[in-house]
Order: sequence, then C-alpha cells, then structure tokens
Amino acid sequence: MTTAEISEEILDILSDIAPDEDLSGLVADKPFREQLELDSMDFLDIVMELRKRHRIQIPEADYTHLASLSSTVAYLEPTMKDMVKK
Amino acid sequence: MSIHASHNLPANQRIVITGVGLTAPNGNNLAEFRAALLAGKSGVTDYEIRYVGKTLAGVCTFDALRYQSKKDLRRGTRAGSVGIYAANEAVKDAGLDWPAVTKSRVGIYLGVTEHGNVETENEIFALKGYDYDTAYWSHHHNPRTVANNPAGEVTLNMGVTGPHYTIGAACAAGNAGLIQGAQMLRLRDCDLALAGGVSESIHTFGIFASFKSQGALATHADPTKASRPFDVARNGIVVAEGGCVYVLERLDDALARNAKIYGELAGYAINTDATDFVLPNPERQAECVALALERGGLTPSDIDIVSTHATGTGQGDAQECQALRNVFASSDKTCFNNAKSFIGHAMGAAGALELAGNLPSFEDNICHPTINVDQLDPECALTTLVTVEPRRQKRVEYILNNSFGMLGINSVVIIKKFSQN
Repeated sequence: MTTAEISEEILDILSDIAPDEDLSGLVADKPFREQLELDSMDFLDIVMELRKRHRIQIPEADYTHLASLSSTVAYLEPTMKDMVKK
Repeated sequence: MSIHASHNLPANQRIVITGVGLTAPNGNNLAEFRAALLAGKSGVTDYEIRYVGKTLAGVCTFDALRYQSKKDLRRGTRAGSVGIYAANEAVKDAGLDWPAVTKSRVGIYLGVTEHGNVETENEIFALKGYDYDTAYWSHHHNPRTVANNPAGEVTLNMGVTGPHYTIGAACAAGNAGLIQGAQMLRLRDCDLALAGGVSESIHTFGIFASFKSQGALATHADPTKASRPFDVARNGIVVAEGGCVYVLERLDDALARNAKIYGELAGYAINTDATDFVLPNPERQAECVALALERGGLTPSDIDIVSTHATGTGQGDAQECQALRNVFASSDKTCFNNAKSFIGHAMGAAGALELAGNLPSFEDNICHPTINVDQLDPECALTTLVTVEPRRQKRVEYILNNSFGMLGINSVVIIKKFSQN
C-alpha cells in the first residue's frame, strides 16, 4: 500500500467508527480528538478494526501513535507498505 | 375497605401515569397502537434469523435516529435503543419541561425478560470468522451485556443521574418495571419515574430455537394469524420486540404541574408459583389477581377490563383462563381481551405495552378485541371474552393487567380511571 492508500484505509475505518462525522475536512497533523468526538472506546475500535481487516497487532504501548491521521499513517507504513490494498 | 386502596392514601403516596412512550410492532406511539388494536391490525410479519431460518416475529419500525446518532446505534444495543425511544417519547407526551427537571431525582426502572443474548450471539458469530481467537472479541461486549444496559443507555441519552436499573422478571417484567417505579416514588427515592419494559428478543436466535424445541413457537401460513391465544388451533408464541415506558409521578406533583393523567395505580401484586420452570400454576395466578384486588380494596365486579397475559400456547392459555374463571366467577361485566393476538409476545415489554393499549378505554369506554379467535377453545371459555370486534362498555373505571413469566413469576397491575376523590 502507498502512503495515500494507508491514509484512505484509516479514513474508511474512521467513517465506520464515527458515522455521524464529516471527515472531508480532517486535518492530517491535528489530533483526532481535537476534531472528532472520539473516546477511548473509539480508539480501541481503530485498533480492533486494524486487527480484523489487516491482522495488525498494535501493542498497548504504541496506542499513542494513533493520535492523528499523519502519526497513524507514519506508524503503520512500515507494516502496511507491503500489503496489497483490497 | 382496604387501607391500601389508593383513594385512602395521601396525595404524596398516590401514583399516577402522566406520560406514555412506546413502540410496538403495529404502532410507534399510543395513538397509532390504539388505532391498530381497534382496527384489528396485526404487527406480525415474516422474519428470518440466523440458524433458525424463516419464522415469524413482531418487528418494530420506530425511527431509532430520532433520539440517537448513528454512532450511538453502533455502540449500543437494540434494547437500549428501544428504551431511549420510548423514554423520550414518554417525557414528551408528559409535557415535562425536560431541561428544567432535576435529573438526579429521576429514576429509570425497565423490565427485561432477558438481556445480553443478542450481543453474545453476535460476538460468537463474528468470532467464528477469526477461528475463535478471543483477541477479536469486542471491547463493547461487557457494556452491551451488563444487565442494566437498556436502562443505563437511557440515562446516557437523557442525562439522568438518579437511580437506574433493569428488573429481570421474565415475561412479567413490564408490570414489574411499573411496580418498581411506583414503589420508588412512594419511598421518595425519586420524584419522577420512567418505568416499564423493553424487549430486543427477536434478535437472538436462541429464543426462537428454544421455543421451537419446546414445541411452543407459533407457525401459520398467514403471519397475521399466527398469534392466536384462546383459539383451538393455537400452536405457540410469536416472539416480538418493543418497549413501553411510563412517566409516573406522585399525585401531588402531577396536580401541581397540571399534568394530563392517564390513570392511577389502584393495586398491584407479584407472587411466585414455585412449581415449575415453565408451566404456569393457575392457583398461584388466581392468588396474585386476588391479592392485587384486595390491596386495591376492590372486588372482581369492580374490574371492567382484564388484559390477559395469554401467549398462544396450549396449556398456558387454558390455565390462565381457569385462574380468571375462578376469580371473576361473580362478575358478569368484566371484559377480557388480549393484545398478543395483534403483536405477538413482546417479552419484557409485553405487560407494559398491553396495559398501554387499554388505557384509552378510560376515555372512549371501548374494550379492544382479541383477534384470531376463529374457534374458541372450550378450555379457554370466558363468557365476556371480547373477540373480533371492539366492544363498547357502559363505563371503564378499572383495568387489570396480567403478566406472567417463566420460573413461575406472576404480576398484576390495576389502573383506575383518575378522579381526584
């Protein structure tokens, strides 16, 4: 997956988790929590969806990397770059 | 005359219904529900659920997004959603200035037959796709399946900070929720009770499969004729979802805000068979009805309408009728009806919904019928059973609502037409 494809995948997961939110204006470098109504259970949903969709296991100590779109993509890039977008 | 009779109590102990919110398979508010009951309109449809396949059910069509976001629906449960819809509708119906209500003085008491089966089945079904690796088990499972979930979701939605819990009382739960609300008001544990019952049971295959194994799941080529209590050809239960929440207040509070009053709690009783897991006991049922009458300072001939519990099973219907014949032998004016013949068995919501469908009788003096009684089973003979068409009565002053459940729980609520004296 390219960086753009990884970003698209994260946005797709977010659209499932926060179906009432308009994600079109999401600022990549700004923390999700400053732009979306997400709580800790929602962040666990991101972790779970990555596990279910891509079999990616994220250790609890790394959850802080999921703060914003750009930090999430940067964190996932080494793992997902060799995956094929479905 | 009983010292418990409601009119002997001071106004701060008299409990009145000032709001009704509901969703039933044939109506999403009291006016729609009542109109369907008078028009003979069933809410039972074809239905399909995993593993069981094609069956029948009472399915609700309320607008879940009226009071919840898509995210709320994704995170919560169907029972929570039913409760939220009914509670918001009840508060609106009661004409309360909700933002001004002290939320710490509101109590929420919702009856449930069961809770958690739907969510657990869904998780296990999803887990199968991951070779039963529990790393894929949802972190939402626990908050969805705790027994207080439906009532707790209502608190989150409405900002209620007073007490909340569900009352697990099998299919007697709708009445039990209402009774609990009344008791808590009398104890001054709250000033406003949102009380009743909810059911999401059509979303668990287990309840259908279990009734089927028990030989108690209704079948019929025409879904609208499948739920047929008292009919000789009845062959079981139609499972339904739904919910009904009442706003209950102490009479003095209701009068102080000039509230519309649907009726007053005149008596109630809960007792237990202690004889069988599933088979009812007519003797204990009759005792429960008699106890509710005694507490209300009433005799059988005071009761104008009995809303029966009958679910459409062979033995259950006959035994309830036996109990009712025993208690009401001396009354020739009491009419009997049954709402399950329209909507199926709404489980934890049944008692509350079935009572609600009769409350407008205080205004129009009409007893809604029991439908689908093509040939009355002689074992279910009640001389004043209202079938096919609604029946006009001289005057409706008292409604008695039966609601019984597995493990031998029986509940009876009597509501009186409100008059200040």
